[in-house]
Amino acid sequence: MTAAVTLFAQEGPVIPDFGRGDECIRENGKFCLNWFLDEFVDRFWPRVVEHIELTVIAVAVGFVIAFAAALVAYRWSRFELPFANVSALFYTIPSIALFQILVPITGIGWFTVEIALVSYTLLILFRNTLTGLREVPAEAKEAAEGMGLTRRQSLLQIELPLAAPAIVAGIRVATVTTISLATVGAFITPLGLGAPIFSAIQTGANTEFVAASLLAIALALIADAAIVFVQRALTPWSRARSPAT
Amino acid sequence: MSDLINFYTDNAGLLVDKTLEHVVISAIGLVLALVIALPAGVLLGHRHTGSFIAISVSNVLRALPSLALIAISLAFIGLSRANITIALVALAVPPILTNAYTAVDNVDPDAVESARGMGMSEGQVLRVIELPLSWPLIFAGIRTASVYVIATAPLAALAGGGGLGDIIVNQATYGLAGVIAATIVAVALAFAVDGLLGLVQRRVTPRGLVVPKELSTIVPPVEHEVVA
Repeated sequence: MTAAVTLFAQEGPVIPDFGRGDECIRENGKFCLNWFLDEFVDRFWPRVVEHIELTVIAVAVGFVIAFAAALVAYRWSRFELPFANVSALFYTIPSIALFQILVPITGIGWFTVEIALVSYTLLILFRNTLTGLREVPAEAKEAAEGMGLTRRQSLLQIELPLAAPAIVAGIRVATVTTISLATVGAFITPLGLGAPIFSAIQTGANTEFVAASLLAIALALIADAAIVFVQRALTPWSRARSPAT
Repeated sequence: MSDLINFYTDNAGLLVDKTLEHVVISAIGLVLALVIALPAGVLLGHRHTGSFIAISVSNVLRALPSLALIAISLAFIGLSRANITIALVALAVPPILTNAYTAVDNVDPDAVESARGMGMSEGQVLRVIELPLSWPLIFAGIRTASVYVIATAPLAALAGGGGLGDIIVNQATYGLAGVIAATIVAVALAFAVDGLLGLVQRRVTPRGLVVPKELSTIVPPVEHEVVA
């Protein structure tokens, strides 16, 4: 005990280190640009990367499941209703509740967040894929048959490419929805851009949650634009087919 | 399971209060979105112009994460019901705006031309021809928006409070049973409102106009790639 006291006395009074004491931060300004720029690399960038990972994995897994289900329902339509109804049910469950309800089943962590995110992507991806396939003009399918294409060839070479714009439109909506819901996932485990939002709302650190929110918005808008760009580049034929005017 | 039943019996009053608040919060968001998006969508559709604006506004709003909107408005407004209202309006406008625009824009041009030929004014064309033919699709958009709004309203508990979110976000107080109990109420509310709107939808749809089956379910309308 005495030793500790002497040690402190030797080192002088303990002054908490509040960094550079940026006036904006001391006053808890709405958005302190200098602090944000200083902290971006260490504090925010890793959260952006986590957020992108959460989103990409959820949309990819959701797409594999929904695409397979849509192909089954396209071939045998009696499978459509069960799948559509189950995935529609998820839409009515508040995300902040679903994340918590899954915790006792799958534990606190990354896996639980992903399960919830995947379940929210299914409906949009399933419906857009199925509708895209069903809206392929009958003439195109007949022409394929007339050219002697097998059913599988027709699906791969004619129907899926013509359905691609609708499928990508589904991926686009699923992606921005997932980015939005992933912020809520941080309610149960500090992952992604939701983590600084939730922790800073608790402490009232304005700049931190405003900055994280702006980053989440920027991420969603950039992802949205990027998917449109990629789709236009990959499916040039979609522009030739003008939509109903 | 018995926890769940106990929660309902022990907290019936609380659940009723929070459910009513939930309805009010959701209704404010939905009505504001209707006031903004419905006239805009119908008018642009009637004139067959501004598809770029209607679609772009919808795309941008749809991309905005609700939690981010709530957090930003929390910083500027402070604890208030306005925070959740902003987020809910942003969520509800896209389906209403897109559907209203698409529906009116796609009304059979022959029907519109005949109406004009019979000497109807622009207002009459809109009221007598275009709107009745558009109701099914417009209502599908409103139903989608209402499901989104009811499912997102629990986030209100993070910034200002109110509604079933007060229970859902407060597992420390109400336990998992409380979270699940309030969630079930929220889901039931979403289905009930969707069902009610479905009844209204059937009422306002002209006889003889066949409503496509996909419009009569809870699922949101299929998103189409729209080339602006």
